[in-house]
Amino acid sequence: MVKRRVMFTFPQELIGEAIIYNLGVQFKVATNIRRADVSEDKGWVVLELEGEEKDIEQGIAWVTAKGVRVDPVTGDVVEG
Amino acid sequence: MSYVRALSCRKCGREYPPEPINLCDFCFSPLEVIYDYKSMAKAVSRENLSSGPASMWRYRDLLPVESEVVDIGTGFTPLVKADNLGRELGLEQLYIKNDCLNPTYSFKDRVVSVAITKAREFGFDTVACASTGNLAASVAAHAAQANMKSYVFVASDVEQGKLVGIAIYDPVLIAVEGSYDDVNRLCTKVAESYNWGFININLRPYYAEGSKTLGYEVAEQLGWRAPECVVAPAASGLLFTRIWKGLDEFSMLGLIEPVNTHMYVTQAAGSSPIVNAFEAGSLHVHPVKPNTVAKSIAIGNPADGYYALRVARQSGGAACAVTDEELVAGMKLLAQTEGIFAETAGGVVVAGLKKLVASGAIKKGELTVAFITGAGLKTQEAVSDVVRPLVIKPTLESFKEVLGERVVV
Repeated sequence: MVKRRVMFTFPQELIGEAIIYNLGVQFKVATNIRRADVSEDKGWVVLELEGEEKDIEQGIAWVTAKGVRVDPVTGDVVEG
Repeated sequence: MSYVRALSCRKCGREYPPEPINLCDFCFSPLEVIYDYKSMAKAVSRENLSSGPASMWRYRDLLPVESEVVDIGTGFTPLVKADNLGRELGLEQLYIKNDCLNPTYSFKDRVVSVAITKAREFGFDTVACASTGNLAASVAAHAAQANMKSYVFVASDVEQGKLVGIAIYDPVLIAVEGSYDDVNRLCTKVAESYNWGFININLRPYYAEGSKTLGYEVAEQLGWRAPECVVAPAASGLLFTRIWKGLDEFSMLGLIEPVNTHMYVTQAAGSSPIVNAFEAGSLHVHPVKPNTVAKSIAIGNPADGYYALRVARQSGGAACAVTDEELVAGMKLLAQTEGIFAETAGGVVVAGLKKLVASGAIKKGELTVAFITGAGLKTQEAVSDVVRPLVIKPTLESFKEVLGERVVV
């Protein structure tokens, strides 16, 4: 089991979808929300994912394919 | 012995012992070093600071280090009165903080000097970073001096000039093929998988503190006062917030009067998430996909973007973005008025300054400091069109013929 800390940024059209719930159910990934700011037109969520490495990878790929931007919780680690 | 009290979460305030960690376990927000300022104030004075070495380490008492420092001669770079550029832009009191003149030609030496010192204190024998060039060069140079192993990750499209400036120090240089996001994801995983001192990840709270010395130096060089306006570039936003913190700490320690500096943040329009948020009146910095020639500040999801935004707002400053054409013109203007060849990020600062003066945000008489954070030799591609030599035969006749009317006798 591994843990991954990530930030999801949702576009307006996905605000109404239960993406985090489905990530947990479909990929057997435990999701633990730590910070969030969601309004009618946009939203971001900082959360920890816990599960098997391959399940987390597949889950993130699915979330990304849905149109959610997935970033490391540290922000960009590449610097000038 | 330092005056470090703890690491503290910038969001929820939870405190942690000063270890190689960068995120709050509870809310995953960044940690920062906090100090015992009461004791620090008793130890520092204008006299003892100015009698220190002509480097950033004259401010050692205000930095989070406990041991002998890893120093390759960084800091106390010139603050030059830029009268020619000032005239051009319409400013009477313009200064340039020329941080091109650090050992690896960028301000990154300040942050890395602190981070590598801490890496050694924590017992790491290997350091690493992910970089668009400047940070990698600095990490490799400091690691060489400290006899440590270094792994530096760069995107495979980094400028050639920067690669040489990294490889000469003989780090393990890894060019990652993939998108910007791929490099980010990979390096986050590498940092979790290896017990290395990752300079801007697990050592980030200490690394950040090095940039404060830019604020300290400017205040001391101006005769122990803060400028009225600061114009600085932002990538992750860390430098911008730490210039402010440096000025604020000096004031808190009674070394300068209360700070009333307006902080202006500049970015390239092709990667301006902080400016976008400022202009939208938002507190959330929405990530973007970078697309600009100013690669050293092309950070789409700035780790300290929120805090940079707050500093710009709270200080009565602003945020300004410039196009690639404008920043290239800014590089040329700085070189041709002040003899300073800055990298693309410096062009962003000069072009941003020009806009801020033109819009009336910065007033003619305000004492303004523009921060030039890296040297132009690293990004020569951006201005290669300036090379238009007059080609002649080795004879006086040919010289006269080609120059014609241009010669002033």
